[in-house]
Amino acid sequence: MSEKPLLRVRDLIVEFSTERGVVRAVDRVSFDVFPNETLGLVGESGCGKTVTGLSILGLIPTPPGRIAGGSIQLDGHELVGLPEAEFRRIRGRDVAMIFQEPMTALNPVFTIGNQMMDVLRRYKGLTRRQSRAAAIELLAKVGIPAPERRIDEYPHQLSGGMRQRVVIAMALSCGPKLIVADEPTTALDVTTQAQVLEQIVKLQHEFRMSMILVTHDLGVVAETCHRAIVMYCGRIAEKAEIGPLFGTPRHPYTVGLLQSIPRVGAHEKEDLAVIPGMVPDLLHLPRGCRFADRCSRRERDCEEALPELDGDETSAARVACFHPVERMS
Amino acid sequence: MTRLLEVRNLQKHFPVRGGFLRRVVAQVKAVDDVSFTLESSKTLGLVGESGCGKSTLGRAILQLQKPTGGQVILEGEELTTASPTRMLQMRREMQIIFQDPFASLSPRRTVAQTIREPLEVHRIGTPAERNHKVEELLQVVGMRTNVLDRYPHEFSGGQRQRIGIARALALNPKLIVADEPVSALDVSVRAQVLNLIARLQREHGIAFLFISHDLSVVEHVSDHVGVMYLGKLVELAPSREIYRDPRHPYTQALLSAVPVPDPTRKSRRIVLTGDVPSPMNPPPGCPFHKRCPKVMDVCSKVIPPVVDVGSAAAPHRVACHLHT
Repeated sequence: MSEKPLLRVRDLIVEFSTERGVVRAVDRVSFDVFPNETLGLVGESGCGKTVTGLSILGLIPTPPGRIAGGSIQLDGHELVGLPEAEFRRIRGRDVAMIFQEPMTALNPVFTIGNQMMDVLRRYKGLTRRQSRAAAIELLAKVGIPAPERRIDEYPHQLSGGMRQRVVIAMALSCGPKLIVADEPTTALDVTTQAQVLEQIVKLQHEFRMSMILVTHDLGVVAETCHRAIVMYCGRIAEKAEIGPLFGTPRHPYTVGLLQSIPRVGAHEKEDLAVIPGMVPDLLHLPRGCRFADRCSRRERDCEEALPELDGDETSAARVACFHPVERMS
Repeated sequence: MTRLLEVRNLQKHFPVRGGFLRRVVAQVKAVDDVSFTLESSKTLGLVGESGCGKSTLGRAILQLQKPTGGQVILEGEELTTASPTRMLQMRREMQIIFQDPFASLSPRRTVAQTIREPLEVHRIGTPAERNHKVEELLQVVGMRTNVLDRYPHEFSGGQRQRIGIARALALNPKLIVADEPVSALDVSVRAQVLNLIARLQREHGIAFLFISHDLSVVEHVSDHVGVMYLGKLVELAPSREIYRDPRHPYTQALLSAVPVPDPTRKSRRIVLTGDVPSPMNPPPGCPFHKRCPKVMDVCSKVIPPVVDVGSAAAPHRVACHLHT
């Protein structure tokens, strides 16, 4: 991709102060998001994927959290250190967010029309009547049947899949350049998930947006993203285009994750491959590679220094490992 | 192989009360006319989406919620009519593992107290023997015995689930209902717990009723798989068969909807329209007909009977008019 990136994150550090000490949830994370691209952020609970997403929208709760270093540039404008008042102008208009649990993202005492029209009138300066028409059109776009009736309903009257569609419609309403979707389908059933994912991909093409998809589900990543970042303990373990990431994964953690997923159609009642042990405590991180004590390829140097990503931003696949799995042809 | 559990035409209906006099205005048919058998050392996987009745079915089998009709027969003994004293004895044979390891362990009890409780309730062994058993159980689930005096909040999700499994094993049950046992766990930990469950089954000959919304997990652990939709078992077949040759259009759609971690596989996805209807007013005829891509005239009128499309060795039951 030779285009100019829409979002450029460099050496992002996010820290939270807790009773037991300062936790570095995101540790020198760098990546680009290009126009019209979907970038997946994958990893297990506590790996820093959600915090990375939130920091792009300036939504890190401060205190206890703070961006302790690095830069986030959207279209060349620096977002780190931006006053809240200016951030409010960017949120929704340039960058929007879709959360995991739609019920918490919607206000239960207002109709969905009310909530959608609010945004449209505030950011696009529409009149009441115009905003209502625009809201109905958006609801139709995200696949809600009978939108002119649904618009006057309250969130509790809708099913989980419908609510998530409403949240998506709201996120789209001001035509943002970038959407951060944090586990948008995790709370939904499989058949509903398939509907919503299909809708998201379709709308992304239609509105020509970029998207960061935060998820723990490697299946969702394989089906929707162009590139993905695998995170572990606040750091990037591997960053690659989807083909090489799933075809020739190189970080032992990525390999372990892929092997530990049972797959439909490969019926065998054998033991699954496991990654032994547990994620280390972020307060007591080892000096060397954070995956070292669970890793089968560990050698002495792994315990002494932190591996950095190889290659540069133009490489199709990058890995942060001293002894990566060889690429098989 | 011995038949351990037989479920015949099981029903669990919940009355819906409304109006000023709180009269019964409707019935939610959470479980409606479900029949199957389960042999010892085998696993039956139950899949379906939220609200399909799979958890209620598990609880109705254990008599944690009294069924409103049908029979549950464990080792030849009818449970729905058993006396309370007899039922208490029968409970030793059947245990449950819950989904949320954060909610299913008492925060004020130590690991030792939690695992010892079933032994105390059923008055098994002397205190010394109980303590010994608790230590043995912890080793079985792969935990060190130095955790005995710790509290649940000190453990990760995977370890809590191991504690819950140790508690379920305390009475050497013959049947364990596992209700979404790994859904709250991260991928790498999930594999550890699934392997533990498989090992326990091999070593102790326990039968599992494995309830999950995750089809790939169910396929991995199960010998047979049952698919539920709106309280009904719409398809039941050997695990290999149901994934190789699903016959019910709902099973087909469900299988095709699972995201696969392989970008080279182009999915032929059957995307269903609409949502699962409310179990309070299920549509007449086949419960799936409003979303079914292969719907016919008869589907909205007649409830499809269960037919066997498999062989004598591998029965494959499906309730769909396409196969009658």
